[in-house]
Amino acid sequence: MIEIRFHGRGGQGAVIASKILADAAAREDKDVQAFPFFGVERRGAPVTAFTKIDVKPIRNKAQIYEPDYVVVLDVSLLKLVDVAKGLKDGGWALLNTHKKPEDFRDQIKKGKLATVDATNIAIENRLGSKTSPIVNTAILGALVKISNVVSIDTLVESVLEKSPVKKEENAKAAKEAYEKTLILED
Amino acid sequence: MRLTLTGNQANAWGVKLSRVQVVAAYPITPQTTIVEELAEFAANGQLDTQYIKVESEHSAMAACIAAENTGVRTYTASSSHGIALMHEMLHWAVGARLPIVMGAVNRAIGPPWNIWADHTDTISQRDTGWMQFYVESNQEVLDTIIQAYKVAESRDVLLPAMAIEDAFILSHTVERVEIPDQELVDEFLPPYNPPDYLNVDDPKGFGSLVMPDWYMEFRYIIARAQEAARKRIREVTKEYAEIFGRDYHGLVEEYRTEDADVVMVGAGTMVSTARDVIDKLRSEGHKIGLLKIRVFRPFPYEEFQDIAKRVDVIGVMDRSFTFGYGGAMFSEVKGAIYNTDARPKIKNYLIGIGGRDVTPKMLEDTFRNALRVKDHGLDREMMWVDLKGGE
Amino acid sequence: MRDKPYEIRTWKDLPYATLTEVPSTFNNTGTWRTVRPIIDYDKCISCMTCWKFCPDVAISIVPNKKEGARFDEIPEIDYFFCKGCGICAHECPVNAIDIVEEESK
Repeated sequence: MIEIRFHGRGGQGAVIASKILADAAAREDKDVQAFPFFGVERRGAPVTAFTKIDVKPIRNKAQIYEPDYVVVLDVSLLKLVDVAKGLKDGGWALLNTHKKPEDFRDQIKKGKLATVDATNIAIENRLGSKTSPIVNTAILGALVKISNVVSIDTLVESVLEKSPVKKEENAKAAKEAYEKTLILED
Repeated sequence: MRLTLTGNQANAWGVKLSRVQVVAAYPITPQTTIVEELAEFAANGQLDTQYIKVESEHSAMAACIAAENTGVRTYTASSSHGIALMHEMLHWAVGARLPIVMGAVNRAIGPPWNIWADHTDTISQRDTGWMQFYVESNQEVLDTIIQAYKVAESRDVLLPAMAIEDAFILSHTVERVEIPDQELVDEFLPPYNPPDYLNVDDPKGFGSLVMPDWYMEFRYIIARAQEAARKRIREVTKEYAEIFGRDYHGLVEEYRTEDADVVMVGAGTMVSTARDVIDKLRSEGHKIGLLKIRVFRPFPYEEFQDIAKRVDVIGVMDRSFTFGYGGAMFSEVKGAIYNTDARPKIKNYLIGIGGRDVTPKMLEDTFRNALRVKDHGLDREMMWVDLKGGE
Repeated sequence: MRDKPYEIRTWKDLPYATLTEVPSTFNNTGTWRTVRPIIDYDKCISCMTCWKFCPDVAISIVPNKKEGARFDEIPEIDYFFCKGCGICAHECPVNAIDIVEEESK
């Protein structure tokens, strides 16, 4: 089973991202689960969402404590949340930032690191506003790049179907992020 | 057709496939997205239903009762305080013998204010006479709505039913759900055909006064309907399995209980996670199995009397505490067995209360505790699992 | 609609719920009466005040069959239902309704 934990802030689309990824994996005939941890979040509050993907039926209904991937939609969360908590050995942390992965090695000490400037990609594709861009579809493109949990084509299919608005722009953002992901394997 | 749906969407799909004619509901987290989905189905013409907006859950149930009395299939959904507010009308639906189906999304009762999974809201309606189906997956949510109508509307049953899903763990979680063909559902669940309904061409009085000389007999008739429901649920589940290929095994499902010395009992999503844990303990050679309470009302006493003969320890996990002698499920399991010759040790585990995440680790610790009861006897009857600071 | 009440001996004779298939017109509330209102049609002005006030709808308006009468329609008391409350007599503006004691048989 592949377990992915998303960290974002209310309004950035972490919950939708977890669901789009599950939808894409289901298209590739995997069993899936995707769910948020609903706290009392409002726009701006830290949000956690989970996606599980497996070739056999998923029966475990618990939250994810030892993820294979953590996806951080907003690096300012690193001050607030231990995003790498429980990250499996050999696991990945993917961060939305214009910086390089190696710039975060002192903050996230274990696992492999990847970064993508999803914010800029989202703004260029007019997703959300300049002050609160919706980065979820872009970061999914980057996640697919580092994980291959689904093919980029399947992801794009799901993005086109599940994005409530600006379907083409969201699909384009996912594809651009897929190409622009920076990787640091240690 | 296969879709990825949340439990609440699966619930709404079950309602749509059942061709429900009247929906009346009031929003409450975590139920809200069920009725939002149904409102959308109604608005875009995918479901030919009368959608009644009401000012409270009490009114929602009253609207369903009135509508059902005109001979149509009705649905409502609620959670927690909403179900509590319905309480009076829940009794009415049973006494009036109206086969209404409710999607109940389990949520804790406040205070303390809490919106997460906990069975107190539905468990505390166990004396109303509503049938209660506790489910463990989004697929089961959808299938159970359809089955619930079939059982509820049977002439020898005519009782309302709750299809019960855990807050967030199902309601807001996406899983793969197979959508049955509408034609097959129509064949399985024909239109509601009530024995009596409000009809100006054949006037009748509904809900009249009954004096002390006959009230008890009416309660006895409902008790017999509960017995009939027990049989009917087994039949309907089997028929559903034959047509749709998914078998929910009647009132309870046994998992790896063959030659088990210890059996763990639970309801809702914890059962799903528990299957993985049972597999792990089995692989270590422990003779442990699982019994899922799918239907808590009518209570599956025969099934428990049967399993009691075969095992040494029964561990009953309650996701609620009702301030009696142990959890409600524990008390009833124990009560059902007492006058039989079987004498297994029965221990109560209070677990996952107020949405505490029921992890595989937590279940494994609990199951190992029950295994110790087999070897060392019963240390105490009740245990609060993962209680910070201990008891 | 049934034409007579149920004969109920055990729970097996009961319907599955409290369904009343006979109307309340089977209830002979006239047996509750200890005094009886009687309309004096010589005094009655056919204003129908008694009909309006009767709480049990035991007074009907019927055609007047009397030859050469002043009024085409008159009030009539149905003693199968009349409980003898006396409200009609109390309300009658011309004191045309007498209250008399019920006979013992």
